[in-house]
Amino acid sequence: MPNNPDERFPGKPVLRDDPKFAAGKIAFFQYATVGIFLFLISGFWDLQVRNPEFYNEAAERNMIKSLPILAPRGKLLDRDGRVIVDNHSSYSLILSRENLKQEHIRPIAEGLNIDYDRLAARLKHFDARPKYEPIIIKNELTQAELSFIEAHRDPETFPEMELIQAKHRLYPRGGLAAHVIGYVGEISESELNSPEFIKYDQGDVIGKAGIERQYNDSLMGVDGQRRVVVDNRGREREVLGVKEAIPGKDLQLTLDLDLQVVAELAMQGRTGAVVALDPRNGEVLAMVSTPAYDPNKFAGRIRAEDWKELVKNPDNPLLDRAIQSQFAPGSTFKPVMALAGLESGVVDDNFHIHCPGGASFYGRYFKCWQKKGHGNVDLHKGIVQSCDVFFYNVGNRIGIDKIAEYATMAGLGQKTGIDLPNEAQGVVPSSAWKMRNFRQKWYAGETISVSIGQGALTVTPLQMASAIGGLAMGGVWYKPHLVKNAKDLPPPHVGKIDPANAMKVIQGMYGVVNEAGGTGGRARLPGIRVCGKTGSAQRISNELAKSGGGHQMKDNAWFVAFAPCEAPEIAIATLWEGGEHGMLAAPIARDVLTAYFDKKARLQRAQAVGEMKNGVPQIGPTPPETPASEPAATEEAGD
Amino acid sequence: MTHYRSIRDIDWPLMIYTLLICAMGILQIFSATRDTVWEDAWWKQALWVLAGFALMWGIACIDYHTLLGHAYVLYGISLGSLALVLAFGRQAFGSRRWIAFPGFHLQISEFVKTVIILLVARYLTDLKAERVEGRELLKLGGLVLVPMLLVMKQPDLGTALTYLPVLAIGVVLAGLRWQYLAVIAVVLVLVLPVGWNYVLKDYQKARLVTFLDPGQDPQGSGYQVIQSKIAVGAGGMWGKGVTQGSQTKYRFLPVPHTDFIFSAFSEEHGFLGVVVILVLYFVLLMQIVQNAQTAPDRSGMYVCMGVCALLLFHILVNIGMVVGRMPVTGIPLPLMSYGGSNILSFFVMLGLVNSVRLWRFVS
Repeated sequence: MPNNPDERFPGKPVLRDDPKFAAGKIAFFQYATVGIFLFLISGFWDLQVRNPEFYNEAAERNMIKSLPILAPRGKLLDRDGRVIVDNHSSYSLILSRENLKQEHIRPIAEGLNIDYDRLAARLKHFDARPKYEPIIIKNELTQAELSFIEAHRDPETFPEMELIQAKHRLYPRGGLAAHVIGYVGEISESELNSPEFIKYDQGDVIGKAGIERQYNDSLMGVDGQRRVVVDNRGREREVLGVKEAIPGKDLQLTLDLDLQVVAELAMQGRTGAVVALDPRNGEVLAMVSTPAYDPNKFAGRIRAEDWKELVKNPDNPLLDRAIQSQFAPGSTFKPVMALAGLESGVVDDNFHIHCPGGASFYGRYFKCWQKKGHGNVDLHKGIVQSCDVFFYNVGNRIGIDKIAEYATMAGLGQKTGIDLPNEAQGVVPSSAWKMRNFRQKWYAGETISVSIGQGALTVTPLQMASAIGGLAMGGVWYKPHLVKNAKDLPPPHVGKIDPANAMKVIQGMYGVVNEAGGTGGRARLPGIRVCGKTGSAQRISNELAKSGGGHQMKDNAWFVAFAPCEAPEIAIATLWEGGEHGMLAAPIARDVLTAYFDKKARLQRAQAVGEMKNGVPQIGPTPPETPASEPAATEEAGD
Repeated sequence: MTHYRSIRDIDWPLMIYTLLICAMGILQIFSATRDTVWEDAWWKQALWVLAGFALMWGIACIDYHTLLGHAYVLYGISLGSLALVLAFGRQAFGSRRWIAFPGFHLQISEFVKTVIILLVARYLTDLKAERVEGRELLKLGGLVLVPMLLVMKQPDLGTALTYLPVLAIGVVLAGLRWQYLAVIAVVLVLVLPVGWNYVLKDYQKARLVTFLDPGQDPQGSGYQVIQSKIAVGAGGMWGKGVTQGSQTKYRFLPVPHTDFIFSAFSEEHGFLGVVVILVLYFVLLMQIVQNAQTAPDRSGMYVCMGVCALLLFHILVNIGMVVGRMPVTGIPLPLMSYGGSNILSFFVMLGLVNSVRLWRFVS
């Protein structure tokens, strides 16, 4: 075999074979190779030696996800343990912002029917929060939205999306007890800056009104967290740790759902408020403000148009009239006046006033509501027939400061301290009050209007209920409250009054309902000794009406009541704005009283049956812990 | 009559470097594919490597002059096969690269690399002049360009580009009248990707890539590079240990047993492991260069340097991609990346190098 390459390529000319001909170029190639390898190594040096921590963290962020476990809020129960506010499970979409791509926001918004601008604004809103905190962008996902998310959360499309289970507030339909309960919502910018909400963060859902706000801290619970290892598909591969959520504590209210429903039905179509409470301990049994709103619209985030509608509504459904409306009490103030008259010694059994249908004081003529007059009036008749002239005279004789003293003792013109936010104060005018606010001395003529619950005097329905309840108890005022078994209740305020005097007022109020000529006959209940007092109060002062300032508005109808007469268990104040006459508000109170005593009778029967059965050993359902036995226990405490 | 070639005479250091790199590759494939559908890739790779060594010995036993003599025939067969692939090839991942055989698929473009090496060596050896003239350069360039275009059409830009360094090194070694142009050519081939990375803007790159290679998804490749850099960086100095790399384990790293195998390796073996492998590659290349320097004739030198340039290009582009210093082109890392065609193809090249070496001992 020839080893000459010449012969291997027959017919081809052969080059001089000098493999060393390119030695210089090969050497150059070697240097280039060295250069290339140094270039590569420097790449690794950069990543692995100079800042491996950065990439280590990135790798960890890649695979370790922290998902919040949202703590359910505590339920709200009524006094019998029935659920008023519950939670329901649903899915929420959270967006992790660490790997959020700007160009993904629009398709995600479109896929989930979220307004793009609002979503973008929301993301901007959270700019200040650390990136690793995911934010909830949509609650209560529908089936269609869930499938969209499941189909698009892979790493190639929108890996930012993450599903979590959440509990959402479920409020009673139709706004039952809406004002007492309040509603929850995402914490707002201004709330974040207020000391009340100092411990909450952006994105937290907090109570915004009512009980939800008042007891937010105990209702809220503490969110937990799961740290999981995920793969590139977002599938969980390993659970590193779970910090369980601490659910919020359930809260039992003093409200009685039965009474609440009856009161709301009675107020249907009317604007106003009803407060029913147990004067023996201050427990609020029912609290209604109408018109109401649907708190479910607030659960999560309220839509802008819903909010606008609520705010623009002239009836102002957001106002809790039970504690926030401040109106002149009108004649329902007369029981307090009567007590003041008796206590100050001005009124006694021989005190009589002749009512000709009006009287002049300090150069002005004051009408009685009864144009033809009441004739000869004593205290009892004055209360029963609500004679204005009688109380003008009482007021004129005892003076404004005595009136203020007893009104204040009854709790009027001051916050009752009920466990609800934003309670209004009302006004009990006095000479000191006028000097303080107007730098003017009190004119005796002004006392006359105040004597019949007009003038500068304004109260809230809750104050009225509490005042009448305490008076019915013979001058013992408990602090009204909404939470059952509250620990830190103050001792009742005991007025220094003669029980005999209180009894005279109570007898008057009994007459209002049960005697011929009484103004509150419509609240009469067979078998129950109901006491009450009507009130028809002008919404603007007489002076203003006369001078033509402001259009004439219909009078507010008030009715306060309690029962039974000698051992009161329930006190009620109802306010019907524009109801014109107090006697028209009486049936509202009657409905509530009927419901209360019907229920009591029912429970007593059930208990009686239960006791009979208990005599014989038996297994079976025992009657529920009846509240009927509770008043008996608290009665002693109340005395 | 054939010459008896002793196995003692093959390039043993080259064999040892090759074996070490392949072994690390198999280990990495095992680690990267645990609990996945690719679980059995590591022993398949081991079989390919064994087959590769056998094939290499077979090629080494053939006189490379014989192969050079058939260079144009092989070239013609290559063009035909590439045309066949385009016409009837098996389609996967959006491109048509494979010809299906029972039990396995061959990626023709991988073997065409060897043919290009032979073609360039043959063409340049046939030149009588001391320099390559413009016309011959154009002719040779045209010859290389035809298969390149066919491969680009598949589309497979990365593999097509690997043919260029072979042409470039050959032409430079042969001598170019316009030296300046030659320098530019080499610089272009070897440094073009650097310019790509540092000069062009993202959207320009994306446009260019979509223009040249519609199958590439720039969005996707961006994700791949980020994950790859994270994996490399997370490896740190010492690495996380075999099968312990989270980027690999939880599959954040794309294709950790093929194109991004070095990324997975870096995560699990750290900077130290990287240096070891790079040193192995370097000494492997230098061993081939040494074979070029000691080649008995010009054609042998062209063959060895062609192999060398091709390997260097692969290493530069693949490892450069892993650390984010090269664009994602999807070409495998020689001897480590999983894949029968590319393993066999590289062993064929090593066989050629050995053939050149063994020729020294003849006569």
